[in-house]
Amino acid sequence: MGVLANFVVNVLPYITLVVFVVGVVYRIAVWWSRPSPAPIPVFPGQRSVGDAVVRVLADVLLFRSLFRFSGNRILWLGSWLFHISFGLILLRHLRYFLGAEAVPGWVNALQGIGVAAAVVISVPLLYLLLRRIVHADIKWISTPADYFVLLLILSVVLSGLYAKFFAKPFVVDVKYVIRSLMAFQPVDLDKVYLSTSFLVHFFLVQVLFMYIPFSKVMHFGGVFFSPTRTHYFGGESHTKSQEEV
Amino acid sequence: MKMGEQLEKMYDVELKPGAGEAYVCNLTKPEFAEVMATDIPKEPLPDHEMVPVALRKLDRMRKERKSVQLYLDICVRCGACIKQCHYFIGTGDPKNTPVGRAELLRKVYRAHFTISGKLFGSLVGAQKLTPEILKNEWYKYFYQCSECRRCSVFCPYGIDQAEITMAGREVLNSVGLAPKYVTQVISQVYKHGNNLGIPEPAFKYNCQFLEEEIKETTGVDVKIPVDKEKADILYLPPSADLFTNTDTMIGVAKVFHAIGADWTMSTYASEAANFGLFFSYDDMKTINLRVVETAKKIGAKLVIFGECGHAWRAARQFMEAMNGPLPFKFMNILEFTADLLRKGKLKNIDKSRNDDVVVTLHDPCNYARAGDLVEETRYVIQQVCNNFHDMDPSVTKERTFCCGGGGGLLTEELMELRMKGGLPRATAVKEVVEAHGVNYLAAPCAIDKAQLPLVMQHYNIPVQVGGIHDLVGKALILEGQEEFEAKKKAEEEAAKAAAAAVPAVCGLCDAEFATMDECCEHAEKDHKISKEQCDMACEPKEGAGAAAVPAVCGLCDAEFATMDECCEHAEKEHKISKEQCDMVCESKQ
Repeated sequence: MGVLANFVVNVLPYITLVVFVVGVVYRIAVWWSRPSPAPIPVFPGQRSVGDAVVRVLADVLLFRSLFRFSGNRILWLGSWLFHISFGLILLRHLRYFLGAEAVPGWVNALQGIGVAAAVVISVPLLYLLLRRIVHADIKWISTPADYFVLLLILSVVLSGLYAKFFAKPFVVDVKYVIRSLMAFQPVDLDKVYLSTSFLVHFFLVQVLFMYIPFSKVMHFGGVFFSPTRTHYFGGESHTKSQEEV
Repeated sequence: MKMGEQLEKMYDVELKPGAGEAYVCNLTKPEFAEVMATDIPKEPLPDHEMVPVALRKLDRMRKERKSVQLYLDICVRCGACIKQCHYFIGTGDPKNTPVGRAELLRKVYRAHFTISGKLFGSLVGAQKLTPEILKNEWYKYFYQCSECRRCSVFCPYGIDQAEITMAGREVLNSVGLAPKYVTQVISQVYKHGNNLGIPEPAFKYNCQFLEEEIKETTGVDVKIPVDKEKADILYLPPSADLFTNTDTMIGVAKVFHAIGADWTMSTYASEAANFGLFFSYDDMKTINLRVVETAKKIGAKLVIFGECGHAWRAARQFMEAMNGPLPFKFMNILEFTADLLRKGKLKNIDKSRNDDVVVTLHDPCNYARAGDLVEETRYVIQQVCNNFHDMDPSVTKERTFCCGGGGGLLTEELMELRMKGGLPRATAVKEVVEAHGVNYLAAPCAIDKAQLPLVMQHYNIPVQVGGIHDLVGKALILEGQEEFEAKKKAEEEAAKAAAAAVPAVCGLCDAEFATMDECCEHAEKDHKISKEQCDMACEPKEGAGAAAVPAVCGLCDAEFATMDECCEHAEKEHKISKEQCDMVCESKQ
């Protein structure tokens, strides 16, 4: 336990950080650098950069495209709920990263809703998992990787909930671990109380983050580059008025 | 049933894996393959060469096109696109879903070009490329996508199946798996300047023929100029408008005539459509270049593309990027006509001339999603027609369904697939026919005009399919046309009146009547013969035809409007009884 815990707490986080950052930056750099031979916007929408920004943001924040088809509305609700909860949970965890002494007020304010999100998120997660099993067409297109990432996130959520509500680690201890790591100072495991469930949670989170650059989870970055949405209808030579000629 | 209900039911599709395997395009022939601007083998490569060549091409595709790289990477397989694909709705084959079709390419990409694919193989949905995958999966399914881009509208990331399909087809081209239909059409453009392969003399002859037809119906000398040396406007029709959709061409010619435009068509670039879009960027660019060169040569300030969907995408999204900068402006004919109507430049429009039709509009995919052209179409129709009803909003504008024949699939061997792919559009049209009595499906695209009549017939939907400028042509009245029509109408009425005034006899009961109309009424009443079939019973009384003819008296050369009047005159003036009238009176001719 000692060696393993030491690895998970003192060594793996740096590996995770490097893999995650290098991986994500590399993937985005690839998309960034690929050329677009022609503008290929897909309507409805964009006649200017501003329109394109609005369109992308509406998709990022509201999942507008999923909402367009009445048959996709449950999927829209499930995935939106999942993502918004995931975001709130991430924000809530900033309390372990920010502020040497006191946590910033806005992070504190997010604690209640962040914890609620952690409870709620299991519902859309189970829905997203079940639909891959229940619907014949979705089952047909699913790969093992699709189940894996859902199960991985589910286990991160459950281990986190267990650590918080049942094992009850000291917040100060967790924060001490994170702040030490941020300062590149090794954590002396004898000086803090860390439950097994916390260690499991911490480990799974790192697996998830290392997995992201290699997986479809990268859609979180890709959505900002999609040519059909970021391109717009422009062009010097096209006109809608024959008088301009 | 409420609008939208039949459409809703349509989305319940039974999954039938492998159903699409039956549909495959005939392979190209060496004589077509060798004239492509894209360098492709004349026949499929031997198996052992296929995989490395294909992988090299795939690697190039993802490096040359951001869309391809991104859309290979970010799909999460949520399945939001599945029911948006008309070929899936028609066939039920999961490989005919946008995600299923794209995964055919993605699994190969993962196996050969990603770390996770190399490490974990099928666990992450990776599969190494084989010649069988190319021949049995890619070649079949990438030609069961019409590049309509409907899926992209509903995808949370805007993933565009057309980009994957186009890349997949370019890979297939590189190993010699190219379809006959598309390559043949392109080869005809390179040879004759148009998709149908109409040679220059025939093209010109057809234009003259249409000029004569306009003259006959309107009395106006409307020119359809070809190969003028200089002109302000270069017009590119879909070549089918010169043969099968001639009413569209006539409508366009009338518009140009009405505003006194200095326009021409060209036999070097006599085609708006660009099948390079279905084949490769290189050929698309080469075909567009013919347009650009022609416009430069004749000094055109404006290039106008006719009613053709794919033409409009190739022009709107690719021409400037590939062949620019362009020394001219370009428009779609619908933008052009809408602009004229808005500014009141087409003055004499008589909407009531289209009162025989109740119109609905099929948005061509490439107008609606790739051409920023959904308002002008509706505007023009509503300016020239009194009766217009849109289909359910879930299938119009950017949500329009493909006709089932786009993307290079408008070929005989895919007929069954085409009919299946036409199901969503047919369902939507059926709804609007039942709700509003629509009888005219406006489809401003040459592929639609070829495909949709077959689809409507297949699903027993009683609508006529035609263009928008067909309607414009009917409603637009040219200078001098009304006088001509009035004269023609007067002549026709006189002839008709003369014929109707002839005494008639009923062949069933020998009753005699003063006019044909009276006889017909009698036939309907007494013999139950409808007025349409009146000629089964009634016939002009023998010799009566002559009575209506102007006559002249042989004794005194007096002239009379009818034979009867002459006979009366002969009895009175010359004491010749009516029975012997023919002794003196004779018909003037």
